[in-house]
Amino acid sequence: MKNLAELAEIRDRMKNKVNIRETNGDNIRVLVGMATCGIAAGARPVLNALVEEVNKRSLSNVTITQTGCIGICQYEPVVEIIEPGKDKTTYVNMTIEKALRVVSDHLANGRVVNEFTIGAAAK
Amino acid sequence: MIRSHVLVCGGTGCTSSGSEQIIKLLESEIEKQGLTQEVKVVRTGCFGLCALGPIMIIYPEGAFYSMVKNEDIPEIVSEHLLKGRIVKRLLYHETVEGENIRSLDNTPFYKKQLRIALRNCGVINPEDIDEYIARDGYLALGKVLTEFTPAQVIDTMKRSGLRGRGGAGFPTGLKWEFASKNAADQKYVCCNADEGDPGAFMDRSVLEGDPHAVLEAMAIAGYAIGADQGYIYVRAEYPIAIKRLAIAINQAHEYGLLGKNIFETGYNFDIELRLGAGAFVCGEETALMTSIEGHRGEPRPRPPFPAVKGLFGKPTILNNVETFVNVPQIILKGAEWFSSIGNEKSKGTKVFALGGKINHTGLVEIPMGTTLREIIEEIGGGIPNGKKFKAAQTGGPSGGCIPYSLIDIPIDYDNLISIGSMMGSGGLIVMDEDNCMVDMAKFFLEFTVDESCGKCTPCRIGTRRLYEMLEKIASGNGELEDLDKIEELSKYIKANSLCGLGQTAPNPVLSMMHHFREEYLAHVVDKKCPAGVCKNLLTFIIDENKCVGCTLCARNCPVNAIAGSVKKPHVIDKAKCIKCGVCLQKCKFGAVLKK
Repeated sequence: MKNLAELAEIRDRMKNKVNIRETNGDNIRVLVGMATCGIAAGARPVLNALVEEVNKRSLSNVTITQTGCIGICQYEPVVEIIEPGKDKTTYVNMTIEKALRVVSDHLANGRVVNEFTIGAAAK
Repeated sequence: MIRSHVLVCGGTGCTSSGSEQIIKLLESEIEKQGLTQEVKVVRTGCFGLCALGPIMIIYPEGAFYSMVKNEDIPEIVSEHLLKGRIVKRLLYHETVEGENIRSLDNTPFYKKQLRIALRNCGVINPEDIDEYIARDGYLALGKVLTEFTPAQVIDTMKRSGLRGRGGAGFPTGLKWEFASKNAADQKYVCCNADEGDPGAFMDRSVLEGDPHAVLEAMAIAGYAIGADQGYIYVRAEYPIAIKRLAIAINQAHEYGLLGKNIFETGYNFDIELRLGAGAFVCGEETALMTSIEGHRGEPRPRPPFPAVKGLFGKPTILNNVETFVNVPQIILKGAEWFSSIGNEKSKGTKVFALGGKINHTGLVEIPMGTTLREIIEEIGGGIPNGKKFKAAQTGGPSGGCIPYSLIDIPIDYDNLISIGSMMGSGGLIVMDEDNCMVDMAKFFLEFTVDESCGKCTPCRIGTRRLYEMLEKIASGNGELEDLDKIEELSKYIKANSLCGLGQTAPNPVLSMMHHFREEYLAHVVDKKCPAGVCKNLLTFIIDENKCVGCTLCARNCPVNAIAGSVKKPHVIDKAKCIKCGVCLQKCKFGAVLKK
């Protein structure tokens, strides 16, 4: 290593990889339904797409985790977004493309994507 | 894309409970389920809750699984990693709050801890320099080399108030200043990783969990005093620590963080390992240096002090592992930050290895000034089996005991010295009502007698005489004047021994005799051991009201000392009884009593 700039480069590259190991209660929680119904409906590619995109955009205030059966099996894959102090948003019938849109609109810019929510689907 | 990290403790404690096998099983199970691209298994250093090992923490949920067995792995992988369903039955029970997981930081064990020296232990993979760098590793060294003068480094250390964590508590900044002021063609930085105190494993955990922090700190110290060579003296009984240190030194060399021209500033610093061969006295600074020089580890008279004439006759500083590990944080966060923790004369935190009769055996790091009561009742989880706390020994064989009457004492360097103990390296052995304070003093003295190097008469002969007097008392032959003789001899040994080993060897017996005088009198005058430990002072008898004549004791007595026929109360022949205690163990009716 030649100088401090190179050290900083390694630090920035590694920081996101290591800070998952700190639990932060203020983070936006993204829950992907991963019970049998979810997995069967294709939730894992959605989960992976979410993780990749959040990482690409360096959104450090977002925690992505799986959860069990949410109870709305016909709407799987389901992604719930829980922001501290706000109402829960439930996205249904998710796909990889929809997941990317949710990351850019909702997580990065705070705009709920209404047409993907359960409210829109139920109509 | 990695979405989950599984941290498994790879410290010596959990490794000996099988964590290596757990890691192998985890990796194969994860591969079986096709999760290798999504889940990362990380072997870390010690989390501190050693009583509950093997330990595993899964992020991002922060689920803390304790006492994990090989059979649990398939369930953890398929339920938690694949489906996101946390395996409740494996969770550390203090983190379970109804349906939710409480954060680890809110459990009684971790709540009052402030992890500065242990900040990376249990978080990073100690064999990966990139993970150390991710958490601001080597940033302090870079800052020091490009923004500080050596004098400014020393000033920062002085203002922080950091005192030696090896036991004596000498101000670190002052030590470095002495060495920096002595001009010489060569100077040395030594790290004392010998950790000889029985029951102490603070330094071991740091070396196994965060070895780079030690390397970085030594390089900073070298810059401050003008040294270009460092030695880490680590005991050979720590194979995992040695392996991780060697890997860390190699990685630091590869990255140019050790060696020549670090960060292109022209500063050179290199580190070598030297292994100790198991002598407690080699933890003493001059004996340690004598050992590095290739001689038998024996101390030297001081003055001259190592800062003037140390290793190979050159100005040398020797600091403990825990002292060093605080240095990068002090540089990065500032002297004011560090001195705001703790109290007036004792700044920062101290790592303690909790052992003995306590529920949460393990490693804790707490701000100076935390009371012993908080450590034992809150952090330590209290005494097991409903027994009563009797005393806690700090400083191991060099320290003294803190009795129940002083349990509210705030732990710091000066308070402990004022009550006849000392901080020591951090071993905290908890004793309960079943421990005998004569036996415990004998135990510590037996250790120091064995470890005495023999160079000076007060220690070589004096400690042995002290031990013989204690043996006399424990065997029931003690006389009242023995207690006075012990005190007098102890004072002589303390005043005249060449090094700290001898100077502190009488501390346990002096302290225990002072705080538990009635117990010593009971041994000497009444020939009784109230705690029921000293064999010669015990009588085993059978309560004829409880004995049902099952003959189990008689059949198991190794010397046939118990007489009695079936269904009739049995009797122990005192003359034949060797007090082994087997009858007490075997009796299902509580009829055997130890008096």
